[in-house]
Amino acid sequence: MIFALQSLPYLWQGLLMTLEVSALVVFFSLIAGTILGVAIVYGPRWLYWPVRIYSDFFRGIPLLVLIFFMYYGLPLFKINLTNFASVVLALSAFKTAHIIEVVRGAIQSIPVGQTEAGKTIGLRFGQRLLYVVAPQAVRRFLPPWINAVVDAVKGSALVSLVGIVDLMLAIQQVIGRTYMPMPLYVLGALMYFGINYSLSSASRRLEARFAYIRE
Amino acid sequence: MNYHLNFNYIWTHFDKLTWGLVLSLELAFVSILIGVAIGLSLALAYTGGGRLVRGVVAGYVEFIRNVPLLLLIYLVFYGVPSVGGFAYEPATSFVLTLSVYAGAYMVEVFRAGLTAVPRGLIDAGKAIGLNAWQRLICVRLPTMFRIVLPSLSNAYVSLFKDTSLASVIAVPELTYGAQWIKTNSFRVIEVWIVVTPLYLITGYALLFTLQQLERRFAIQR
Repeated sequence: MIFALQSLPYLWQGLLMTLEVSALVVFFSLIAGTILGVAIVYGPRWLYWPVRIYSDFFRGIPLLVLIFFMYYGLPLFKINLTNFASVVLALSAFKTAHIIEVVRGAIQSIPVGQTEAGKTIGLRFGQRLLYVVAPQAVRRFLPPWINAVVDAVKGSALVSLVGIVDLMLAIQQVIGRTYMPMPLYVLGALMYFGINYSLSSASRRLEARFAYIRE
Repeated sequence: MNYHLNFNYIWTHFDKLTWGLVLSLELAFVSILIGVAIGLSLALAYTGGGRLVRGVVAGYVEFIRNVPLLLLIYLVFYGVPSVGGFAYEPATSFVLTLSVYAGAYMVEVFRAGLTAVPRGLIDAGKAIGLNAWQRLICVRLPTMFRIVLPSLSNAYVSLFKDTSLASVIAVPELTYGAQWIKTNSFRVIEVWIVVTPLYLITGYALLFTLQQLERRFAIQR
């Protein structure tokens, strides 16, 4: 038992790594996903198909396979990344595909009449996007986006499989030393649960807060 | 220094991948069947039950949905037997984990489906003199299943992708087959070049087939 307590700082390091990976992934996927999501709705035809194929490709393969593919496959193209960079890239590419769909759904849920009204009062495209569509779309975007963030934290556990000492691998290493699998797995589950539950209950509060919006 | 792609080893051991793929589909299929059973009974318990039942069901759903599947797999495979003093096959343990995992998602799907059954249909059932049990079997469940069919097929494809995680406890499914080839031949890149399309094509073929089914059973408006 003492041993398990001694391992707490080590688990804390792992937790920080999990949070770091998740934060980076959430950041990159938010930017790339928003740009590509707007592009898929408003962009020209030649942009639609590449983004569509990108999104369907990355949502169609298991995350684990994608991580291994990037981790082992990128050096073939003379791209040598550290294991940290390659998994962040893999997770971000995967998450971006999901964010694209969330952004697309949010924008398309705004009635066309809103955009037309914007046109009528003489707003340019950028202005329509910024003042008419975005403020409404953000409310539709937030709850599914937070779910995507929860998914990103859960998905970050897979980085342990390419040797990054995140919470998952830290737990396993401590188990390797102490041979107390059950208490440590439960502790780890509670740690993940703590992070994700606070996120998902935030999402539920937001949903309730924006529930008044109706077409 | 140039790397030459060489697929020979993969073609000679392609059976590892085909049987792996079959096992992946089987694992996902068994898990969704058990998951549907868990989800359906808990969703019914939730909609009909008191505060305590609701609390327990909600706790189960929230716990499973907020913990990484990888951790659940380890917990069930290494953690539980260490306490219970027994052991099981990796595949059994994985199916157990994936079913419990799928069950949590199914509860939400069925709960939404049950709420989506139009009030008028249930009232009509009452009007022709069906009792609560008959209304459930003949009215609510059939309607609900037709409503949730799209969610079920998405869940199946999603579970199929999740079976790749079974490789971490040495269940010989597709990803494990890939890693077996990888460790035996060091043809790392080639193996992923072959396996990625396998997942992709199978996943979308499944989705397409299931969408045909959905269309056949869709409620005509």
